[in-house]
Amino acid sequence: MSALILEGSPKTPTVNFDPETGFLELRGRSIPENSIDFYKPLIDWLDKYGRSPQPKTALHVQLEYFNTSSSKCILDLFKKLEGVRATGNEVTVLWHYEADDEDMLEAGEDYAGIINIPFKMIQIEEVDGGDQ
Amino acid sequence: MLQTIHDLYDELERHRVMLSFQGPLSTDLITALLGAVERKMEGLEPDQRTRRRVFNVVMECLQNLFHHNANITVQGGTAHSTDQPHGVVMIAQADQGYQVLTGNFMAGADMDRLKDHLDRINALPPDQLREFYRETLADGTYSAKGGGGLGMIDIARKSGGKLEYGFVPYDKDKAFFSLNVNVTN
Repeated sequence: MSALILEGSPKTPTVNFDPETGFLELRGRSIPENSIDFYKPLIDWLDKYGRSPQPKTALHVQLEYFNTSSSKCILDLFKKLEGVRATGNEVTVLWHYEADDEDMLEAGEDYAGIINIPFKMIQIEEVDGGDQ
Repeated sequence: MLQTIHDLYDELERHRVMLSFQGPLSTDLITALLGAVERKMEGLEPDQRTRRRVFNVVMECLQNLFHHNANITVQGGTAHSTDQPHGVVMIAQADQGYQVLTGNFMAGADMDRLKDHLDRINALPPDQLREFYRETLADGTYSAKGGGGLGMIDIARKSGGKLEYGFVPYDKDKAFFSLNVNVTN
């Protein structure tokens, strides 16, 4: 299967899902009006990846903003990865937040409380918004 | 008309309005309005957390206008159907933070449910509001627009205060909904 690479926009994140290394990345902003449309290819990709995943998968989430319509879709991404983990593979979510962005840290903790995947909270200096 | 422009200028100045818009909303226009808010906030507000919270609240409020809209406009007291959502938004500086005001026509049938939802949110202290957010996020149901009832909870969390709202029934199946969100720093 091929990598999923999407360039970021003012309302959608940069996506880089690499099936060869298990390195998955979501970076920038996720504030589209129609999140379900944007996330469908990502969820479909993970569905396919889950059939022959790498022994180690790491999803790096580094978002500056996300809207509530994205939040359910992001949960769906995590649920797909929960499935990958349930079949005996190592899965980690690396949740990045800016040092003074308590709200983003809380959002990561909210997901970590719902999803059965180890989360690593990573404090950074400034979120790189990608190609905006 | 020329005097009206001056009065309008005065009025907006007096209420420290940063941005106001009334009319049809498209996704492109929402992007442009958010860009304007972001740039203005950078010049006005030194606290990054407040800047982010205002941006978040404005974004959710505009997307609410966009998604939950009866698609009518009223001109000269008569309602006209439109093919685009219509609404009004005003963002103003307040003594302690910012005010985000929005208004739009919505389906009257949804009024009671929205009112109950807002009253429930307003009754919860911050820790329980976070719990309500988590439960709503985890319950796995989607609304037609994808948010699944998270929008207002998120707005309340970012605001840190109570949501002020009002409904003006317009006709048997439409009501005008107004929301005032105070983001305090």
